[in-house]
Amino acid sequence: MSIYLNKDSKIIVQGITGGMGAKHTALMLDSGATIVGGVNARKAGTTVTHKDASGADVELPVFGTVKEAMAETGADVSVLFVPPAFTKDACVEAIDAEIPLIVVITEGVPVQDTAEVWSYLQGKKTRMIGPNCPGIITPGESLAGITPHTITGSGPVGLVSKSGTLTYQMMYELKDFGFSTAIGIGGDPIVGTTHIDALQAFEEDPDTKLIVMIGEIGGDAEERAAAYIKDNITKPVVGYVAGFTAPEGKTMGHAGAIVSGSAGTAAAKQEALEAVGVKVGKTPSATAELARELLRDL
Amino acid sequence: MDLMEFQAKELFAKHGVTTTLGVVVETAEEAKAAAEEMGGVVVVKAQVKAGGRGKAGGVKLAKTPDEAFEHATNILNLTIKDLPVNRVLITPATPPEEEYYFSFLLDRSNRQYLCIASVEGGVEIEEVAKTNPDAVKKIAIDPGTGVDADKAREIATEAAFPEPVFEQAVKMIEDLYKVFVEEDATLVEVNPLARLAGDKLEALDGKVSLDDNASEVRHPDHEEFEIREEADHLESKAKDLGLNYVKLDGEVGIIGNGAGLVMSTLDVVAYAGEAHGGVKPANFLDIGGGANAEVMANGLDVILHDPQVKSVFVNVFGGITACDEVANGIVGALKILGDEATKPLVVRLDGNNVELGRQILADANHPLVTLADTMDGGADKAAELANNQAA
Repeated sequence: MSIYLNKDSKIIVQGITGGMGAKHTALMLDSGATIVGGVNARKAGTTVTHKDASGADVELPVFGTVKEAMAETGADVSVLFVPPAFTKDACVEAIDAEIPLIVVITEGVPVQDTAEVWSYLQGKKTRMIGPNCPGIITPGESLAGITPHTITGSGPVGLVSKSGTLTYQMMYELKDFGFSTAIGIGGDPIVGTTHIDALQAFEEDPDTKLIVMIGEIGGDAEERAAAYIKDNITKPVVGYVAGFTAPEGKTMGHAGAIVSGSAGTAAAKQEALEAVGVKVGKTPSATAELARELLRDL
Repeated sequence: MDLMEFQAKELFAKHGVTTTLGVVVETAEEAKAAAEEMGGVVVVKAQVKAGGRGKAGGVKLAKTPDEAFEHATNILNLTIKDLPVNRVLITPATPPEEEYYFSFLLDRSNRQYLCIASVEGGVEIEEVAKTNPDAVKKIAIDPGTGVDADKAREIATEAAFPEPVFEQAVKMIEDLYKVFVEEDATLVEVNPLARLAGDKLEALDGKVSLDDNASEVRHPDHEEFEIREEADHLESKAKDLGLNYVKLDGEVGIIGNGAGLVMSTLDVVAYAGEAHGGVKPANFLDIGGGANAEVMANGLDVILHDPQVKSVFVNVFGGITACDEVANGIVGALKILGDEATKPLVVRLDGNNVELGRQILADANHPLVTLADTMDGGADKAAELANNQAA
């Protein structure tokens, strides 16, 4: 079991013919994920060829619209590698097609575009992960995004993180246990799937025995997650927060990673998590050690 | 990007918001000339991206051109919240009869926009929020529908703008929303929004923060708001090289890939520094996914030119980028830099093709490079080296 993504997921790629899209379509296929096609209105009717995990050639059809791609292939996940200027329209198209899951990898999307997409998505049938995220991996089953599939395999840990490389780092630190699903929700001020959404899904997933939650400075998502954990999560949660040394008023790489006045500090997030019984590690390795101790006792 | 008051007012004027632009000057002589030109009483205001300018002595009334000269001289010598004052804004003094507060902002928590308005005091809004929270109205804005004439009227009613300025308020709310969406702002604030003599509503002071992503995608004209001489020269250089860099105040230069991992690296180095003379990270530098030789060389070039830097910690997790590419990048960068590379480098690589990457660095056998097995170990070594160099 897993959350949001499994071995039956059929994935299309919006922007499959671009540089990033082509590169990661190949990597997703190599991981064993089922990629069934792509979308590019200007190249509809053509195909692209990549190799699957066994090294055999796979010819993927390029469709003009998401709707057409879904009708022809039964796709239920779309991964977006669309330039930031066109991301909003690509999301709206996918939402209109009622695809169950979109994973928006694109970095640099104007935040008002994301806000409009989020508003548009209300009451619709689509879940959005991202933007500005590494996507989601269910090791051994599927990959919708850019997370390296070689770090580790399937196991009892569910991971939710804003950051891509910290996701990789944590998967590497706990490679001896493995992961049910690891999801990178993205570092932008507004994202479609939050820590809370992922916590809820992991709570309901019978194969997830322990949850690792990685946060960073900016906003109050971690504080909200802490309040949610208190009332709703029965599984053990281990936390990590990055950015203790970040100065006030400076954006640290991620558009959303900024301490504004006294709001959004790492210390406040750590405090909120610890107050509800979440063990918070000082470093990624210390966090992994906390998780490891709990996993041994399960 | 945060704008200064005079820049915010330029955007207000562009979208029809009533304001007085005034004159921006960089010397006391120019301040005097501007005051003479305007005649009457003027306000001399420090232009820095910081709140609390008035309390810091950065806002003064001048009754005569000579007084304007004197105040400008003093204000241009001020440092407000660590920011040197390099320019002042001269505007005619227009004493408000009442002061209000108004803003539109991105509400991250609720994934929508928020309007905050209060007719009970402008500049002391934070105090009002504490003592009389009911007087501060918060109105949610759906990004899908935004603010049209009807919504603006609803906001003005909710905020209870007094009758004599009510219609002006409705129009100004619509225009401020135009500033917010058409310029892709994350904050548009008017404080104070003043009711002047004759029931004239005017934005006396303003604050605007622009979304950098949107500026990059669709507002090439926003580049002119960037005031370079105030940025750290290393930050300017990094920006020109397309690097994601923030200068900090420590001794250990940091290079990593991915914002989260770099933030984490800063923390781990700061903890390690506690055992090594209290050394701290010198910067944030994220080279992103494609860490080729050129990007690595540019990153090292910026960091090694920081005189505060005593050692460098390169912390890379090879995800998409393979570690052998990163290792080749480091070796290539050191070749390009040649004699300019003088500070010790600690390199920690993990992930994709790590063995090959470590082998490449071992074979290059550069005297400045030390390999570390773990992130914690690398941070400790870099802190130790920085402390030794400093001693």
